[in-house]
Amino acid sequence: MCLAVPGRILKCDADDALVDLQGNRVRISRVLTPDTRPGDWVLVHAGFSIATVDEAEALETWDYLRQAYGPDFATELEIESEDTGNSEASLAKGLSP
Amino acid sequence: MTARLDNLFRELREAAGQLLRPAQYMEVCGTHTVSFYRSGLRDLVPGNIRLISGPGCPVCVTAQRHIDAAIALSREPGVILVTYGDMLRVPGKLGSLEATRAAGAQVRVITSARTALEIAVANPEATVVFLAVGFETTAPATAATLLEADRRNIDNFAVLMCHKLVVPAMLTLLRNKDTALDGFLCPGHVSVIIGSSAYRPVVEQYAKPCVVAGFEPEQMLRGILQLVRQSLAGEARLENIYQAVVRSDGNPTAQRLMAEAFVAETTPWRALGEMPASGLGLAPRFAHFDAVRRFGLTMGEDEDDPACRCGEVIQGKVQPVECPLFGRGCTPITPIGPCMVSSEGTCAAWYKYNRPAKDLPQRAERPHASVTEAVT
Ligand code: SF4
Repeated sequence: MCLAVPGRILKCDADDALVDLQGNRVRISRVLTPDTRPGDWVLVHAGFSIATVDEAEALETWDYLRQAYGPDFATELEIESEDTGNSEASLAKGLSP
Repeated sequence: MTARLDNLFRELREAAGQLLRPAQYMEVCGTHTVSFYRSGLRDLVPGNIRLISGPGCPVCVTAQRHIDAAIALSREPGVILVTYGDMLRVPGKLGSLEATRAAGAQVRVITSARTALEIAVANPEATVVFLAVGFETTAPATAATLLEADRRNIDNFAVLMCHKLVVPAMLTLLRNKDTALDGFLCPGHVSVIIGSSAYRPVVEQYAKPCVVAGFEPEQMLRGILQLVRQSLAGEARLENIYQAVVRSDGNPTAQRLMAEAFVAETTPWRALGEMPASGLGLAPRFAHFDAVRRFGLTMGEDEDDPACRCGEVIQGKVQPVECPLFGRGCTPITPIGPCMVSSEGTCAAWYKYNRPAKDLPQRAERPHASVTEAVT
């Protein structure tokens, strides 16, 4: 559970961001990386971005992750997509102020 | 295998060939553990180099009394207990959170601390208790969530603090001198937060080489190579080969939030006992978010299964196959100790990737056979 995976910020909305994790769109908090902008690559851990990384590094990491975890990487890495998000997350989002 | 990896293996074999005695390095990161097994690296490193997994899996190091406290809290009327997935199956004295949930308690799995807060907002009649585990990679998320709960006056939210700190654990292992170590492969994503300079005490007080590395095989391999080179040169330096991601001063924003929300305190580790300043408690002004205090809970004692050798496994004293229960009663489906529960636990990783295909009891006595074969 210490793994952080690279994602690209699609949209920033105050402290939140929508990131793309290899085709999975995930809403995260970017309070730990307040200077980030759309287009930046960040490391995402437990729903928070924890660092910025450059694109080359991010892509290399994904090369390995896809190889190691196979096509089912999203489930194995506990990535919850907005579109297929579990009920807990969607419930929370729907009721969030 | 890529040419780059090939070259690294050649360099590592050459360097290892010059070692006068076998070297033993420790990684303290579940991510490193998994990657080492999953990528097959383990079978390819020279036989005179042993990489052991230290107390780097947050699930494995959570003390039994904390699991018991979480179970007790989940049984309180009106409580929704939320935590990260791996924690559900960790055995406590009173069973597991999974069993408690099956018996009717409200236990929910989250993947982000913020979801805990949103569940609290959505359920004003309940109290949401967040079992907060993890090292410095995960703790800033809890800090940010607490500060948000405070700002938004969400008072039906409480935290059972089980966060742990990596460097104090490394220092305790060195102080106890139970495990002969030639250096550390330091965790990349923890270091993103604390910065590579955080390992200075390990290098300066105990003269142990430290190399901060990412979890990709190339990073781990390069990290091991640098450790071997330091051993050969009789050096103990701090190196950061993960500079693309880890800064020397870490993530200052995350550190500031943690300093605001938490204080370092003595905390119990599974099977290792209490270590000073090795865990995080709530800062006095956030004490009202403390679940133990809010529910007037008394912390029990730990009574770990005497046959389970998790404590020794996470100190690198024994390998999983040396535990009499490994594969005979303790498997990922029926875990007895926490090291078999978490996918990042050493026993689980060993079971999944390193288990001889058949005839486990007989082959288990020669766990290194495949390593030696692969090297020649
Ligand atoms: S095999 Fe099971 S019982 Fe033995 S040390 Fe590992 S987790 Fe504990």
